[in-house]
Amino acid sequence: MGIIKAVNLAFEYIRRDEEGNVEGITRAVDGVNLDIKEGDFVAILGHNGSGKSTLAKHLNALLYPTEGTVFVDGKDVKQPENVWDVRQTAGMVFQNPDNQIIGQVVEEDVGFGPENLGVPTKEIWERVEESLKAVGMYEYRKHSPNKLSGGQKQRVSIAGVIAMHPKCIIFDEPTAMLDPNGRKEVIRAARALNQVEGITIILITHYMEEVIYADKVYVMDEGKVVLQGDPKAVFSQVERLRELRLDVPQVTELAYELKKGGLPLSDGILTMDELVAELKQLKQG
Amino acid sequence: MEGNEISVLSLEIEIKRKEMSLILDHVNHIYGEDTKLAVAALKDINLVIPDGQFIGLIGHTGSGKSTLVQHLNGLLKPTSGSIYFNGQDIADKDYDKKELRSKVGLVFQYPEHQLFEVTVFQDVCFGPKNLGLSGKEVEIRAYTALKQAGVKEELFQVSPFDLSGGQKRRVAIAGVLAMKPEVLILDEPTAGLDPKGRDEILGQIKQLQKETGITVILVSHSMEDVAEYVDRILVMNKGQVVYDGVPKEVFKHYEGLEKIGLAAPQVTYIMDRLNKEGFSLDTDATTIVEAKEAILKAFR
Repeated sequence: MGIIKAVNLAFEYIRRDEEGNVEGITRAVDGVNLDIKEGDFVAILGHNGSGKSTLAKHLNALLYPTEGTVFVDGKDVKQPENVWDVRQTAGMVFQNPDNQIIGQVVEEDVGFGPENLGVPTKEIWERVEESLKAVGMYEYRKHSPNKLSGGQKQRVSIAGVIAMHPKCIIFDEPTAMLDPNGRKEVIRAARALNQVEGITIILITHYMEEVIYADKVYVMDEGKVVLQGDPKAVFSQVERLRELRLDVPQVTELAYELKKGGLPLSDGILTMDELVAELKQLKQG
Repeated sequence: MEGNEISVLSLEIEIKRKEMSLILDHVNHIYGEDTKLAVAALKDINLVIPDGQFIGLIGHTGSGKSTLVQHLNGLLKPTSGSIYFNGQDIADKDYDKKELRSKVGLVFQYPEHQLFEVTVFQDVCFGPKNLGLSGKEVEIRAYTALKQAGVKEELFQVSPFDLSGGQKRRVAIAGVLAMKPEVLILDEPTAGLDPKGRDEILGQIKQLQKETGITVILVSHSMEDVAEYVDRILVMNKGQVVYDGVPKEVFKHYEGLEKIGLAAPQVTYIMDRLNKEGFSLDTDATTIVEAKEAILKAFR
């Protein structure tokens, strides 16, 4: 069993009007099965309202399944006694960095989590140091979080999660509010955590360029997983992705258009290097 | 009376073509002037924004874009320098600031957080109602604005809180359009939307700009988003306008753009790489369609 396993997961919530009368039931997650291997970098795509965030909130017991269940490192999230273990195993980074920072000083903010776990003081400081170094924010440890850029704040949020020593981090659109530089910083930090520390990463995003290095991509629509596979397999389905209100990276789109225009290129080209190499070969051949 | 109302509506939809413009003359803005923490947010900005232009204002966080747009409708005053709207200095004592704020409409980031009314229609009515217009006029404006923003009629009586993110944002934009701005400024209108939602909103804004002839200033981080839609790009860095021109011209400086934390669209890089690899392509291409044409031509 992988580090995260969802079995026929479904989540329903009751919609109410202003007087609190029931208007109907929405099935936000509908029969999702996931099996995520430890150490993988997994991306979840889907349009607004497709159920990605609702799904993510099940992975660290912020929401409980209506049907089916989720196992995090072998522990059933439905069992109340597992909640703290689950949340420590699977940390979460949200969209808005301003909602996740509570400390007055960067290092205090990062130390908040382990302090609440009752970690001895000396070890807290060790964890703070290693976490801030892992996201490249160590030299800002004495700064006030208010004075940081969005990307820097988001990296401090990530350090706060790393200090809990999770095996898995779920990123719920961590770059949606950032500029291109901030986005790069955050994605670079996530990839480094995955490759260097071996932490399992689950990245939910609307930016297609951020997922081309993922080991596996899941695409959601109406609460269901409708496409899955490696990025090449998923992004070769340009038309299908458009139907799902998504997109492909610009390189992939250009390659797809060129192919439609008669050039014999392969499907699902993801990087500029691939495209340039294939075009060069075509020209010589 | 009924007939009159309808002709008023058609008059209003008609494209207005008076000579209007925004001029910024040596505008400086210093936050916390005369304190230790003084930061120069705008440094000697000189700009002419003619009527009816679609402008992309690009810069990374902290480059001064938001400070700049807040000057255009008088939310911030320049520390020195002047801003002229339709030939009048907006800092003049007798200049009507209220009028200015309805003529220069500003849509903030995540504007859907500012929705509050019971129905979509009422929410859009709020602004024009506060202008003291007649009930009928308010309704005509709300109706027209919602149409312009691409909100479907069946959603008019729905609670704005029951809409999807993209629809909410359209309603919020309609709220500003109902004030009949001559200049519409949108701060990151696509933040947080899925790719289709991004295309839809930008397409709608482009259409609106074409149909009504209003000036649109789109504040964005994303060159890809902006490349396809705007007539002119202004790039800001450290409080100054560093590039100003049509997209193709600006993207030629991709190395300079990278230095200030931005990037040209991916297409620009592809074309450049191909040329370095011995293709002789027209490197002007900034959109997928143009790149496709240029590359296919090389194979013909």
